[in-house]
Amino acid sequence: MSEAVSFPQDRTCPYHPPTAYQPLREQGPLAKVTLYDGRAVWAVTGHAEARTLLVDPRLSSDRQNPAFPIPMERLAGIRRVKSPLIGVDDPEHNTQRRMLIPSFSVKRIAAMRPEIQRIVDELIDRMLAQGPPAELVSAFALPVPSMVICALLGVPYADHEFFEEESRRLLRGPSAQDTDDARLRLEEYFSELVARKEKDRGEGLLDDLVAERLHNGDLEREELVRMAMILLIAGHETTANMISLGTFALLEHPEQLAQLRSNDSLMPTAVEELLRFLSIADGMLRVATDDVEIAGRTIRAGDGVMLATSLINRDGSAYADPDALDWDRSARHHVGFGFGIHQCLGQNLARTEMEIAFRSLFRRIPGLRLAAPAEEIPFKPGGTLQGMVELPLAW
Amino acid sequence: MRITIDKDVCIGAGQCALTAPGVFTQDDDGFSALLPGREDGAGDPLLREATRACPVQAIDVAED
Repeated sequence: MSEAVSFPQDRTCPYHPPTAYQPLREQGPLAKVTLYDGRAVWAVTGHAEARTLLVDPRLSSDRQNPAFPIPMERLAGIRRVKSPLIGVDDPEHNTQRRMLIPSFSVKRIAAMRPEIQRIVDELIDRMLAQGPPAELVSAFALPVPSMVICALLGVPYADHEFFEEESRRLLRGPSAQDTDDARLRLEEYFSELVARKEKDRGEGLLDDLVAERLHNGDLEREELVRMAMILLIAGHETTANMISLGTFALLEHPEQLAQLRSNDSLMPTAVEELLRFLSIADGMLRVATDDVEIAGRTIRAGDGVMLATSLINRDGSAYADPDALDWDRSARHHVGFGFGIHQCLGQNLARTEMEIAFRSLFRRIPGLRLAAPAEEIPFKPGGTLQGMVELPLAW
Repeated sequence: MRITIDKDVCIGAGQCALTAPGVFTQDDDGFSALLPGREDGAGDPLLREATRACPVQAIDVAED
């Protein structure tokens, strides 16, 4: 086999997989990548293989397993703490997830539409009153999901500067100390919030969990605190990146944007295609707990596995002309939200937020355009959620 | 045609209800459920897609 590609790497274009991953596509559906510590792990790039592996219970998400692959030095601390939902396997994962799913059902999220629309409209009103120009990440892409998840969970939005900054440090460092310190500060914050909610029940999912799950022992205090933290971070950082990167990609694809503007019913299809095309959570990690045969190879017990989201979503055997942004294709079955038991809990909320955000943004600001040359606009490095650092716009 | 939903496996992702809303819904606990009168799939062309969209393969469709 040729020399292994290192993982993670920076993208060259913010919405395409890193060009350095090209050999992986050629070697697919299964290849190897090298992590920062020199460890070689499997890289899954095939769509059918990824769907098979993601439902296989022999691939574990248990981050406390000493063989769990660590993608970056600064994330070594993830082995020290138990992460509810994302870092545990069934049956523990199942018990935790079942406490949350009623709040994220298609029906419950549909009922939030008027509230999401109100938030989106107010933020656009403000942009229009103050600009042009505007910086979309801080004026729109981040506050939309941040306000929505605060309302859903019962977290005071007044604290957003604190938790947005600490979430950023937790996910992007840059140092291990940043990541570990941010985790501690967020845990402290949620610990206090939970204590407040015990005295004074408000309206929100966290209030319900405190009242109904904490005192009867369904949830340990530490578990609830960490769960709250994961829900908040997963609820705002992800969608914020989809809105910023999606807006950038749409402005760079004027033909597709024009189709979208002239045919509103395309929006749900377009959101699905953007999820496939942008693959903002680029690289899902697992550890094999037993030998697994796949694509004529054997993943051995103890091997690390990296499922390369952006390459899986552009597998030519699943999607024709996979590098094109195309509203005519069915992008269904992409793994942008993952697959298997860990598939995104908030995916119906995310879809609804994106649909309302893109529709309102492009409808209410028809002349929207980049306010800087595309190649000069900063985007996020590899190894974290992909998206724009800033997005300067004018109209 | 007979549709079976394994509620022990279902994770409430809602993909079935999203893909084939003419056949599937979610109950109050968030689990997949069949709409009354649609237990046989009602000839919905999206039934197969919905089955494939389930992230945990909890839906089984048996031909009569």
